[in-house]
Amino acid sequence: MKDNFLFKLKFSNFLFIIVFILFYSCSSSKEEDSHAIKDELVEFKKTKIVEEYAVDPPPFTDGIFPCNDCHAYQEPNSKRRELVEWHDDITFSHDSDNRWCLDCHDVIERDSLRLANGKKLDFKESYKLCGQCHGEKYRDWKVGVHGKRTGEWNGKKHYLLCVSCHNPHTPKFKKLKPDPAPMKQEDIKLVTKPVNKVSDEDKK
Amino acid sequence: MNFNRFLIGSLKIIFQGGKYYFAWLLLLTILTVWGAIGYYDQLTDGLITTNMRDSVSWAFYIGNFTFLVGVAAAAVMLVIPAYIYHWGPIKEIVIFGELLAVCAVIMSIAFVVVDIGHPLRFWHMLPFIGTMNFPYSILAWDFFVLFAYFIINATVVIHLLYSAFNKKEYNKKLVLFLVLASIPMAVGIHTVTAFLFNALPARPFWNSALLAPRFLASAFCSGPAILLILFQLLRKYTKFEIKNEALFTIAELMVYSMFIYLFFTLAEFFKEFYSGTEHILYWKYLLFGIGDNKEIVFYSWASIIMGVIAFLLFLIPKTRKNFVTLNIGAVLIYFSVYIEKGMALIIPGFTPDVLGQIYVYKPSMVEIKTAVMVFSIGFLLFTFLTKLAIAIIFEGYSYENVKLKK
Amino acid sequence: MKTKNNRRSFLKNISLATFSTLALSGCNMKEIDEFLQGNFRELTPEEKDEIVKNLAEKYKKRYGKDFTVSDTPAMVGVLFGYALDISRCIGCRKCVTACVKENNQSRDPQIQWIQVLEMEKERGVDLHHSNINYDHEKVPEKGHFYFPVQCQQCRNPQCVTVCPAKATWQEKDGIVVVDYNWCIGCRYCMAACPYGARHFNWGEPSIPADEINTEVHYLGNRPRQKGVVEKCTFCVQRVREGKYPACVEICPVGARKFGNLLDPESEVRYILDNKRVLVLKQELNTQPKFYYYFG
Repeated sequence: MKDNFLFKLKFSNFLFIIVFILFYSCSSSKEEDSHAIKDELVEFKKTKIVEEYAVDPPPFTDGIFPCNDCHAYQEPNSKRRELVEWHDDITFSHDSDNRWCLDCHDVIERDSLRLANGKKLDFKESYKLCGQCHGEKYRDWKVGVHGKRTGEWNGKKHYLLCVSCHNPHTPKFKKLKPDPAPMKQEDIKLVTKPVNKVSDEDKK
Repeated sequence: MNFNRFLIGSLKIIFQGGKYYFAWLLLLTILTVWGAIGYYDQLTDGLITTNMRDSVSWAFYIGNFTFLVGVAAAAVMLVIPAYIYHWGPIKEIVIFGELLAVCAVIMSIAFVVVDIGHPLRFWHMLPFIGTMNFPYSILAWDFFVLFAYFIINATVVIHLLYSAFNKKEYNKKLVLFLVLASIPMAVGIHTVTAFLFNALPARPFWNSALLAPRFLASAFCSGPAILLILFQLLRKYTKFEIKNEALFTIAELMVYSMFIYLFFTLAEFFKEFYSGTEHILYWKYLLFGIGDNKEIVFYSWASIIMGVIAFLLFLIPKTRKNFVTLNIGAVLIYFSVYIEKGMALIIPGFTPDVLGQIYVYKPSMVEIKTAVMVFSIGFLLFTFLTKLAIAIIFEGYSYENVKLKK
Repeated sequence: MKTKNNRRSFLKNISLATFSTLALSGCNMKEIDEFLQGNFRELTPEEKDEIVKNLAEKYKKRYGKDFTVSDTPAMVGVLFGYALDISRCIGCRKCVTACVKENNQSRDPQIQWIQVLEMEKERGVDLHHSNINYDHEKVPEKGHFYFPVQCQQCRNPQCVTVCPAKATWQEKDGIVVVDYNWCIGCRYCMAACPYGARHFNWGEPSIPADEINTEVHYLGNRPRQKGVVEKCTFCVQRVREGKYPACVEICPVGARKFGNLLDPESEVRYILDNKRVLVLKQELNTQPKFYYYFG
């Protein structure tokens, strides 16, 4: 009888200790976490001022710019038509039902683009032209969310223009060839000849 | 001085025996060496020689570890019924139960050691010299309880044998305390091992509250199965006396735990299959395979069928009280649980993996060899210790038989 | 601190005695030092400097190139976050390749920190019907979208909780790192990670000497050994110098965004404020700092 009692006592003690430690460890871990985040928030101060746009010039096809090299000697023709003699290599599929070249290229000043309200625009600022239709994308692009930025996450960034990635005449991305699929895990086997064996031997 | 004598005496006993004894030792030694060659390859080339990969990052080794923890736990648990039902030779039951526990714990720790990538860095997870992640990591807990359990059981066994060897009365208070402590510890090591898996929400197959109870229930089938057979052998070849009734009671207790195990599993089945969430995939992989990946189906059904047959053999009084069918049942349940823990528990936890990909795992030759090595060493140890225990307890082998050179 | 040193020197003495035989048979003192090196988080700055210097020498011997090994700590007031636009990703795996090169991942046996999953549009984000081995001539494939998964840099990282040796932890800037010299290779973290983000060096990693990246960080892309776990660190060697991670820089469609979550003007914060985001396996309460969004 006495032994039975002893057994019970021991067992319940043991359980109690386990439960206690578990409980303690769970609760303590949570406290720690929330403190850590709070501290971080307090500590935050902006360390670097983000520098302004560093944009690459727009990508032109070789020898095509300035446009006035040719267009200066030509009579402007604002009639919508299919181009046959020049620029027939351009596939235009960018709302082509409703728009054509001179909706974006200025008819008089050929080296400029034009906004819908007629305002002229340098080619370097083409993003503003894109932005008049794609407002949301433009907004995202300005803060670096649409498109791509490289460089420093907290400092100098390198921007890409809309036209660096999207061909303005056919903006939809072309399909890409993907990099090779990962090796199947079944095929990962012991390498008999390590790639860096040469340097291994040098070591000795 | 006395302890020296004990050690020398032990060595003497170990290397005395008949033809069959040495044949058995030779067999185990050959298997150990054969297995060690495999483990050597693993040490030199890395775990790439196993078939574990990123998707199935734990497998056969950890399965064996889990199984052996169950054996270690159950072996000691038999002390309770022995005590309650007055089976008589309680001291002997304690000794053999704890011997088995000691060997099982050693083997299970060995399986962890062969599983890790840098065995020499094992000290990193120890307290004081390393940085043990206690109490957060369940693996740290597991190591802690297994080690404590090992110490307790080893102390009891060595103390009992040492006292008997010196023909002295053993320290009753100490032994009683340690034996009583080892019982909740036995529940503890198994529960903690179950929690090792249970603690991972990333693996829905294990993240069920029933995992630990099922663990315990299945362990109480496999552990006693070994002792059931061992006791019969001891009774036949030594002066060990145990009544038939006691053996049948063990079998009866095993039926209860099998029933509890089946019930828990059924509850788990119901929950998974009736609700049919995506968690069902792991059970599907286990029982039916997914697509063409049916490699594990054979194992799971083999385990289920063996388990059910054993259950029926133990359930029907007629077959339970017949030693032929009883032993068949014991062997069947042992292997059923072995497969269940070794393959059916670990592999579906990882298949499909966390990103839904299926990598079909089968143990590689190196894994099998290494496992054979660990088991052979464990059996060798168990053989030696049993031999020693038999000699001291039943054959009155004592310090008088050992002469020390002056 | 003093007891710790005592303990370490005691250990060292013991091991020196035991290893002296080994030392005679060709094992040099540096290897012993490396074996006895403590957990990186407990080392003094001087010890760290020493280790970093030794590593640079070791790598030079092995690859025949000069390495810059840094151990730059986290910046104050920075918590890194990542956002990935699933409506934009085309599944080209350029990020995978760039990541492998930048972070010195083993080529054979192959290790890749980024997994790009191909999913059926009709099913939505459904991991169990996703395909990682897609092999189309061109991507994106009709009717499919792509879902790259890498370390989600959880605020509540379960991999860190389970590590028995404290060999992996979350840095002040939120990056979860591994000390490859302390990892025992038990792979418990791999079982615990719900994103398959942790990878094990099953064999000796191999990188061709001419492709090795020599700008390395102790906790990041330095060459690894067999038997340890590794993972995405948001390119700790780059981002702590102010640079974007390699996967952000390479992405041809600009689907990957990175920045400081504590900076109200950062790109990631803009996304959190203006876009609807989701985190993978939100039900597990891992609280990732890696967000998926629809741009």
